[in-house]
Amino acid sequence: MPRDVHAQLSAVTRVYPGAGNQPPVEALGPVDLELGKGEFFAVVGPSGCGKSTFLDVLAGLQTPSSGTVTFEGKPVRGEVPEGIGVVFQEDASFPWLTVWDNAAFGLRRNGVREAEVERRVDDALAFMGLKDFARAYPAQLSGGMRQRVCIARTLVLQPRLILLDEPFGALDAQTRLLMGDEVLRLWRNTGATVLLITHALDEAAMLADRVGAMSARPGRFIEIIETGWPNQRDSSIVSQAAFGEITGRLWELLRGESMKALGHQAISAAR
Amino acid sequence: MTRVGLIRIAVIAAAVGALELACRLGFIRHQVIIPPSEMAEALYGLLAAGTINADIVRTLGVIGIVIVVSIVLGFAVGLVIHALPRVRQALDPFFATYYAVPIFIFYPVLIAIFGLSPMPIVLIGVATAVVAMIIATLNGLDRVPRVLTKVARVHRLGAFATAVRLQLPAAAPYLFTGVKLSVSYGFIAVIAAEFILSPAGLGRDISDAYTDFNNRRMYALILFLLLIATVVNSVLHVLDVRFAARRTGGRA
Repeated sequence: MPRDVHAQLSAVTRVYPGAGNQPPVEALGPVDLELGKGEFFAVVGPSGCGKSTFLDVLAGLQTPSSGTVTFEGKPVRGEVPEGIGVVFQEDASFPWLTVWDNAAFGLRRNGVREAEVERRVDDALAFMGLKDFARAYPAQLSGGMRQRVCIARTLVLQPRLILLDEPFGALDAQTRLLMGDEVLRLWRNTGATVLLITHALDEAAMLADRVGAMSARPGRFIEIIETGWPNQRDSSIVSQAAFGEITGRLWELLRGESMKALGHQAISAAR
Repeated sequence: MTRVGLIRIAVIAAAVGALELACRLGFIRHQVIIPPSEMAEALYGLLAAGTINADIVRTLGVIGIVIVVSIVLGFAVGLVIHALPRVRQALDPFFATYYAVPIFIFYPVLIAIFGLSPMPIVLIGVATAVVAMIIATLNGLDRVPRVLTKVARVHRLGAFATAVRLQLPAAAPYLFTGVKLSVSYGFIAVIAAEFILSPAGLGRDISDAYTDFNNRRMYALILFLLLIATVVNSVLHVLDVRFAARRTGGRA
């Protein structure tokens, strides 16, 4: 269990009301988790198990049906607290703004002085390798670069907890590995706590200090695995034997759950 | 100028040249259509004499009012309806069939209420143009990616800031379509209304010239309106292409 608790979920559940005559959908929980300050935690689980709901509840984008969520000791309930940054799976860049203005969006919104905005945006773009594309529009960039724009927009706000909701889901395998390296670099440089939602077991095993394997819906943690990687790591660890062991163990845990989820989907489709 | 632009100009020049030739060679009688060069000459004469200045100011002023009111009102109403799904469900059939109803049938009613002032023309113009803007606003807001709403919440934007800073620019291409339609409908409705029953304005002037068999004046005024409509639509087209190029990385 981590020593300095940064965020905590206690007996959290999320139930969606049923549409029409349908019964309510139990999407999540009960979930208990303590995120240590500065740790990198990944959540894996079968499709539709409630991973994104879990992130939304932690971020304050959804209110839990029961249980409590705290961030830095303060309750989170239906509003995103200051200090939390979220990067989504979908392309959330603003196509009407340049890369630079995209990154500056949150700072300007918060009324930060222009000199400070310039400094932080320039730093973030340099860090994300986007310096030469500052005046480009998102449509002129690849999917991976647009995702980096979104990360830069989050980064400039200096969040202490960064939530990544399958941010590389739409990218090819090689780009995902490279983006993983960048996220690790970002994590080490900022010292922020990172929570990554992903469906890719290898990605979770490579990036995280701990990986939470989630059950089929309603999502609960069936096991949390400590990877034991050193702080200074990169995508080269995929060639290590331990990496194979971790991904193997994760698949062992999730195989049955994934089949259950597939069964759910088959039943839903048959309805 | 691009090759496409050159081809466009060549097509127009060829059409005008063909009409000029057809008129000059007697294929088209002078009583039906006068040569384009004569139209231009007559228009120059009218503009130089300043006799139609008051009508120009009146008509273009009314068109301007109609366009601005339709765009602002259409956007505001679209925003409200979009936020109220049940109201939208109730109104959708009206929007779908709106342009099947000849709105002009209400013009005599409006004249009976407001008299022969510009007000009935403004109202007919707005009634014609505003729904295009409402529909465009609804379409645009429907297509704002849901993730942007989440981004707004992460940045702790309120409802107004979300609408202005994210939803409005995200829906802009669709809104721009509404603007273009409102401009077109505004022009058509105002000129047509002036044509039917109005004490003044370019539409009335064209109608009078037609009744008096004054082809030179009639075609000069038609040419003037064509030029104005072309310039306005060209400006809108250029802006549209520029915005689209930004959003699509030049692949528009």
